[in-house]
Amino acid sequence: MGGPEVDRLIALLAKLPGLGPRSARRAALKLLQHPESRMLPLATALAEAARTVRSCTQCGNLDSRDPCAVCADPHRDQALICVVESVGDLWALERAHVHRGRYHVLGGTLSALGGTGPDDLNVAPLLARIREGGVTEVILALAATVDGATTTHWLMEKLKPLGAVISRVGHGVPMGGALDVLDDGTLAAALRARRVY
Amino acid sequence: MEWEAPGIVLDVRPFGETDVLATVMTEEHGAHRGLARGGQSRTRASLWQPGNLVQTRWIARLSDNLGAFTAELIHPAAALALDDPLALAMLRSACAVTEGALPEREPHPRVFDGLLNLLANLPRGPIVLSDLIRWELTVLADLGYGLDLTSCAVTGTTGDLAFVSPRSGRAVSTEAAGPWRDRLLPLPAFLLATQNPATAADWRDGLRLTGHFLARDAFGLHHKPLPQARLALYDRVTALAEPTPETDPDA
Repeated sequence: MGGPEVDRLIALLAKLPGLGPRSARRAALKLLQHPESRMLPLATALAEAARTVRSCTQCGNLDSRDPCAVCADPHRDQALICVVESVGDLWALERAHVHRGRYHVLGGTLSALGGTGPDDLNVAPLLARIREGGVTEVILALAATVDGATTTHWLMEKLKPLGAVISRVGHGVPMGGALDVLDDGTLAAALRARRVY
Repeated sequence: MEWEAPGIVLDVRPFGETDVLATVMTEEHGAHRGLARGGQSRTRASLWQPGNLVQTRWIARLSDNLGAFTAELIHPAAALALDDPLALAMLRSACAVTEGALPEREPHPRVFDGLLNLLANLPRGPIVLSDLIRWELTVLADLGYGLDLTSCAVTGTTGDLAFVSPRSGRAVSTEAAGPWRDRLLPLPAFLLATQNPATAADWRDGLRLTGHFLARDAFGLHHKPLPQARLALYDRVTALAEPTPETDPDA
């Protein structure tokens, strides 16, 4: 269509989440039409990020610094660790400004059918952080799925002997969720996790 | 090609960014795979969880095509088991054994009915383990590897049966076991009569018994290991059976 360079660009863009061949062609065309203002800054940013961004050795977050900005922030509650499945979950909690402690990224959940075992998860550094002392509570913020709950139970048993309080995020009715449109599973979870006022 | 039936979700694997490849077991069609479009979406992900009972509709152009599933939730077994580690372990184990042991698209109504009852009774607690072990015996029998627990393989007597031969799968009485008892698998009493009460040690022995034959016959013949979820359930029940310092008077 536009030579092998353009085809390669489209093929690479099409591999990104949310983009198929058609949308990759549109994105490539937009970039090629504005090489100075869009394409070159993007290429520079990509190269810079690929060169500098690494996993934080403490929590597993992605950052150009190690330890990452969250771990290095002295204003954060050092006694509180929130365990999440992926960096995307960490970013979601940060966007909401609801957690002022630190994080730990597991890098997945136990999945018998998917072939993810305990050795594939980033658990050893978490245990080491708690053993170092100073951590009073660990919040398990994993998905409300069979694999997520299995991982939560497994982690609870691992962390219990270390002395910190272990909690997990609530499951149930979302903000703005009318009961009549919720699925039966969510309703059941919400009723089981009801609170006394 | 098209059919509609109540089915139990056995396995769900992500396919692309939004879809899932699901394995659903129905009474008439056995373990059946299909593509569930939008199965990873916020609204459908809770439906496509292992253990859930769903009203399934499967459509394909030809019978040997993968086909596509659409479904409505009937019973949220997964959501009900999420908070209980033992119930969740039983749910995962039962689904993984069914998915791994049964051939695809081969009806096994007894296995389906047993699994349905098992999932419905999960909130009853550890006593469901007896049902799960009996159901695993049904899986073995349906696949042609049934155990014979009616009489002693050596003496032919029907009383005092306490062991099972790991080779033949036949019961052995205490007297006939003699010096070979260490090589035999213990036979828990609750498998001989439903009124016999079961302890955690009985459940452990029962899982060891069925696990041996599942690993050797149902999975081993296909060069597959016993599913990780089944091994995890055995570990959990073994931990239940072992006396803790608080409960052991000799500790």
